[in-house]
Amino acid sequence: MATAEHQVQAPVTDHAATSTGLPNMKLAIWLFLASDCLLFGALISTYVLYRGASIVGPYPADVFDIPYTSVSSFVLLASSLTMVLALASIQRGDPARMRVWLLATAMLGLTFVGGQVYEFTTFAAEGLTLSTNVFSTSFYVLTGFHGAHVTVGILMLLTVVGLSFGGRITQERSETVEIVGLYWHFVDIVWIVIFTVVYLIPTGTPPGA
Amino acid sequence: MASVSIPTERPGGLLRRPSATTGVWSWITTVDHKKIGILYGVTAFFFFIVGGTEALLIRLQLAQPDQAILNPSVFNEIFTMHGITMVFFVVMPLSAAFFNYLLPLMIGARDVAFPRLNAFSYWAFLFAGIFIYSSWFLGGAPNGGWFGYAPNSVVDPTRGMTFYAIGLLIAGIASTVSAVNLAVTIINMRAPGMTLFRMPVFVWMGLVVQLLLAFSLPIITIGLVELLFDRLFGTHFFDPAAGGDPVLWQHLFWLFGHPEVYVLILPAFGIISEILPVFARKPLFGYQFVVFSGIAIGFIGFGVWAHHMFAVGLGPVANTAFAVATMIIAIPTGVKIFNWLGTLWNGDIRFTTAMLFAIGVISMFVIGGLSGVMHAVVPSDYQQTDTYFIVAHFHYVLFGGAILGLFGGMYYWWPKVFGRFLNERWGKVQFWVTLIGFNLAFGPMHILGLQGMPRRIQSYPESLGLTFWNLVSTIGAFTIAVGTLIFLVIAISSFRKPKQMVADPWDARTLEWLTTSPPPVHNFDDIPVVHSLDELWHRKYAETGGGRVVPVPAGGSGDDAHGEDHGDGHAIHLPSPSYFPPLAALGLPVLGYGLIFGLPFVVAGLLIMLVGLYGWVLEPSAE
Repeated sequence: MATAEHQVQAPVTDHAATSTGLPNMKLAIWLFLASDCLLFGALISTYVLYRGASIVGPYPADVFDIPYTSVSSFVLLASSLTMVLALASIQRGDPARMRVWLLATAMLGLTFVGGQVYEFTTFAAEGLTLSTNVFSTSFYVLTGFHGAHVTVGILMLLTVVGLSFGGRITQERSETVEIVGLYWHFVDIVWIVIFTVVYLIPTGTPPGA
Repeated sequence: MASVSIPTERPGGLLRRPSATTGVWSWITTVDHKKIGILYGVTAFFFFIVGGTEALLIRLQLAQPDQAILNPSVFNEIFTMHGITMVFFVVMPLSAAFFNYLLPLMIGARDVAFPRLNAFSYWAFLFAGIFIYSSWFLGGAPNGGWFGYAPNSVVDPTRGMTFYAIGLLIAGIASTVSAVNLAVTIINMRAPGMTLFRMPVFVWMGLVVQLLLAFSLPIITIGLVELLFDRLFGTHFFDPAAGGDPVLWQHLFWLFGHPEVYVLILPAFGIISEILPVFARKPLFGYQFVVFSGIAIGFIGFGVWAHHMFAVGLGPVANTAFAVATMIIAIPTGVKIFNWLGTLWNGDIRFTTAMLFAIGVISMFVIGGLSGVMHAVVPSDYQQTDTYFIVAHFHYVLFGGAILGLFGGMYYWWPKVFGRFLNERWGKVQFWVTLIGFNLAFGPMHILGLQGMPRRIQSYPESLGLTFWNLVSTIGAFTIAVGTLIFLVIAISSFRKPKQMVADPWDARTLEWLTTSPPPVHNFDDIPVVHSLDELWHRKYAETGGGRVVPVPAGGSGDDAHGEDHGDGHAIHLPSPSYFPPLAALGLPVLGYGLIFGLPFVVAGLLIMLVGLYGWVLEPSAE
């Protein structure tokens, strides 16, 4: 049957031929991201379930600043572009330029997280804390969970930059950058969903308001 | 002969990679899937004895009416811990033990895809178990049932359910990591020629289980995070007074909880699908039907969760939909039963202990499966829910199915793992003692349940007339304990005899029997090339024109199929042991204690994890 196509492989190494031809790491990150979808799925479902269910304010319409969040969303999405450029650089064998683009990606991510911290602080000042109502509960945990994902991504980006100074990220091993990139793009895409569901779709008039 | 190279050191890491091959450190730092499998097995069996002891305490308390051996609050803790232990720290890791040890061998690989992640999964699982059990000494064990229904689990004043949430989160991380690792191993590391439909059924069930875990664990993870936030930070996820909905917890829990049921049973299905053909000396009847029904169970398993919630009041439409889905999932399960019977039919059956356990699984699971279909009928479920009838049902599938299957697997693969047989004569004694004890313990619960005895109640008055069957059940539980003790004695005494094992003592069919018993650290000197389902069988036997099976003479067709130009003189590089997986895993429980006992532990936990992870990344690669 298909035996002839397979190369017999003795050593377990980074570059061992695999049954599917995909590197193990790449298959693993895809599986992990698929699994992560359900983490966000459960949180987004919680938010949607509690849409309009809060008994006391502030309600979403009282606190959301759509233009502000749109700008920070744009910053995050722009970081996907710099991530792609970083991967392209290392695939061409240019680690210096890769580092520049990786740092740019991390800076954009950091700007987004900083914007989120500022947003949370503003909301808290307006009386919306974690335990105010079911809106604040589900909003903070969902967006905070996403922010934590971005933060982990920033750490990974900086780690890759550090590793590349040690000569561990090379053109042949650009797969590491690609995998961090997959994670990064995933986190961006999730934000598109969250931004749409949480900020853009109006909640309607809350009871008693 | 291939040689195993000792990896040379390269600069750049925090520490030299450990090199012990014997002693305690070799076990702590191991990344060998076989050693990790044994660690899983030993740990899970230890928890089996702990969880079993809790079961005996429950049965002692219920043996007679109006007893006060355990007070009601301790009783709640004991039955909760019994459930958590048996599900998360016995059946799951014992299945993981088999998967870890056998999957790479069965697909002709040298290890799993990510050996260090594999070690991390084991240590995280162990620390999760220790973490949850430490709650007994640190402010009370979990007491809200293994299902932890809100809002009871939120408002309970003891620390128990906080330990529950954090402990299960850690166990969930362990299982998710392991699920991704093993799924990638199966998909990506098969030997040449090992196409998907030449994989043993056990490997198929392994793949389905890992995917079930990868897609169901995140849901309970969020449920547990929400529970934890409600308990620690005053959020309102499950707080009806603020507009929250406790039923959300039930959905999140059972969206995980029902796939979890198949996570618990499919490994046993896989095990007996390996045992039956070997001892019936026939190929598995309808291999593809067994595989596809396993896959079907995996898919439909995500669409039946609300049958745990019929009594909640979701409305007739939802209840009907889930009732129908539940009845449908009985079909692939029934298909498997008939395939196993077809395998036995006209077989040249050898009644070894493993075979007895496999047949035990079929018969006991049918009883549990049938009472399960009864619950799919909503009006019937209204009557039975929260009674001992349910307890009887799931013990017939989880003990009669999963545990008996795992015991059978131990008798079957013990010679492969340790190079020694478990005593067959005493094994049969254990089988019959366990089977009789099991039916005495759980059979009467059907009657008690139909008589209306509620679950999770610490005592009952004599006037209810429940005494006799409760006493029988208690006697049965202690009989199971005797059976388990017999197994322990057999297992320990098996090590008193020297290793004297041939590679293939059972005349088996799959690749793990091709290599020595126990297998060398690199599993196979030469990676086998696979030509068919039941590869080993076809290397040993051929069919004559008249349909007669005759042995292939030594040196015959199949034997040199793998003797190509690889292996010889080719050093086999195996990943070196590592300190960092256990270290990174240790950060999890420390962080967990921090959520309960304050900031210093949080900082310490995060630091340990960071050191572990960065040490891991920077470790000199020995490959």
